[in-house]
Amino acid sequence: MSDCVLAVETNGLVKTFGNNRAVDGVSLSIPAGTICGVLGPNGAGKTTIINMLATLLTPDAGSAKIFGYDVQKDTQKVRQLIGLTGQFASIDEELTARENLVIFSRLLGFSKAESKRKSHDLLEEFGLTEAADRKLSEFSGGMRRRLDLAASLISRPPLIFLDEPTTGLDPRTRAQMWQTIRQLVKNGSTVLLTTQYLDEADQLADNIIVIDKGRVVANDTPDGLKRSISSASLRLVIRDPENTGRAVEVIEHVLGERVQITETSELAAPMKHAYKLTEVLIALRDAEIELSTIDVRQPTLDDVFFALTGNARENAGGN
Amino acid sequence: MTDTTVIQAAERELKTRISFTVAVKNSFTLAYRAWLKMLHNPESFMEMTILPVMLTLLFTFLFGGAVSGSTADYLPVIIPGVLVMCCAMGCSTAGTLLREDMNKGITKRLTSMPIARISPVAGMLMIEIIRYTVIGVVVFSLGFALGYRPEAGIVGVMGCIGLMVIAAWCLSWVFALMSVSVKSISTAQTIGMVIMFPMAFLSNALVPVETMPGWLQWVVDINPLSHVVTAMRELLSTGAMGSEFLVALAGSLVILAVFAPMTVMAYKRRA
Repeated sequence: MSDCVLAVETNGLVKTFGNNRAVDGVSLSIPAGTICGVLGPNGAGKTTIINMLATLLTPDAGSAKIFGYDVQKDTQKVRQLIGLTGQFASIDEELTARENLVIFSRLLGFSKAESKRKSHDLLEEFGLTEAADRKLSEFSGGMRRRLDLAASLISRPPLIFLDEPTTGLDPRTRAQMWQTIRQLVKNGSTVLLTTQYLDEADQLADNIIVIDKGRVVANDTPDGLKRSISSASLRLVIRDPENTGRAVEVIEHVLGERVQITETSELAAPMKHAYKLTEVLIALRDAEIELSTIDVRQPTLDDVFFALTGNARENAGGN
Repeated sequence: MTDTTVIQAAERELKTRISFTVAVKNSFTLAYRAWLKMLHNPESFMEMTILPVMLTLLFTFLFGGAVSGSTADYLPVIIPGVLVMCCAMGCSTAGTLLREDMNKGITKRLTSMPIARISPVAGMLMIEIIRYTVIGVVVFSLGFALGYRPEAGIVGVMGCIGLMVIAAWCLSWVFALMSVSVKSISTAQTIGMVIMFPMAFLSNALVPVETMPGWLQWVVDINPLSHVVTAMRELLSTGAMGSEFLVALAGSLVILAVFAPMTVMAYKRRA
């Protein structure tokens, strides 16, 4: 029974700000108990989607349901099922960590004693006990995010929205955050997280929704997305930059594919058949072009992302 | 850490609406939050204590002789005047705090929670009552120390503070609306000053109206604060709630009735 429950289901969701269609017909469904990663560049509409699902914004068209409850009609019920952790720590800087948690617990209807106990437990769970009675202005970025997340978990909601939970965190803190997010799902939550980082979505999400300019451009598992770019890619760096032009000609001749030049002046070309590597190397040697590095890569989500949205890479390639 | 497991949607008892009791409870919780913020922030106490003391002393000794012949004779004029001025200047505080919440994303969290929509605004404004009461007590204590003995005694003083609290509280909704409608905190503060400064000075708070030119008397007379000041002076000297008292009270309630719903609506829209 619980396997087929949909935590989130949207249909043709649209939100317009002036002339800008920030969210343009987004349909998605997230099964309960999974992590869904919404991936997209800045301004793609990720936060707007979350804001509509979290009842902060009214959709202009389309519908959205949280555990079967319509966000517009059953707003009040929806709010009892979600926890929201925004892009910026939405906690009170002038209060202590404990005071913040107690106030949010009280607002959720817990008694004084329960609120105190819940705050105490959450502070312990998130490793904030030591800092519990300090003002938030003395907190580091990572501590704030953790407290923010803790505040979203007070009622143990079955659906948690995390809007760019690790943006601006150092690698160590980010890894901690990832663990916490995995733990949430183990405890039975469904998580919808937005991110600009491909590795984050790859690491955490069961399913990734790639959005660009308010539209869903892909919806698949991380592996499925990677497979959708069929070939591996050949990367090489030419020792003498003067030879770059000739090298491009040689490689394009052998592989029959277009070569692109990345931001880091690597040459990149799709390689459908690995055995062609030898031919490329022989051709380069015959042309007396020396290499400093060579590398054949399986497609990363980066490649997928750029292939799907058509951004960035072409511009950098030039000719 | 016993209850880390999530309570699934199907196992929850979901409420469709927020009852009045819950709305009141939510508002008190958020008022408690505003109270804690005030405790953590010493500046707000300075605004409530040092500013009134400074203004009372300044005006009494600077203008007392010139306006009323002696400092002692000026006290009945200036005490209610300073009180109104200080409260009026504090009127924009709640609005500024609301704006701060909106800018910091706290409003977003509150909006996503199953709480009454009016609570964040109501809670913030409830604590204003304490602010005005403290200002009232400070000003009258200082007046007493300076030798001011209102004819109506303690009852008059209490009535006076009561009226002031009501009037200032109603007025603070105007500033709350303004603050939630603009983008930045500094804009909210600047507009607050621009409105409040002339309102406080172009009234009968500091000097008797008779000394002013005719057109200015007209301006002073339409200033709602003048009516509050007059009503307070009446209360203090006779202990009676005269017509001015009713005008001041009615005016305040009209402001409240108009601006409170508008503020809550604007807050909901902007969140």
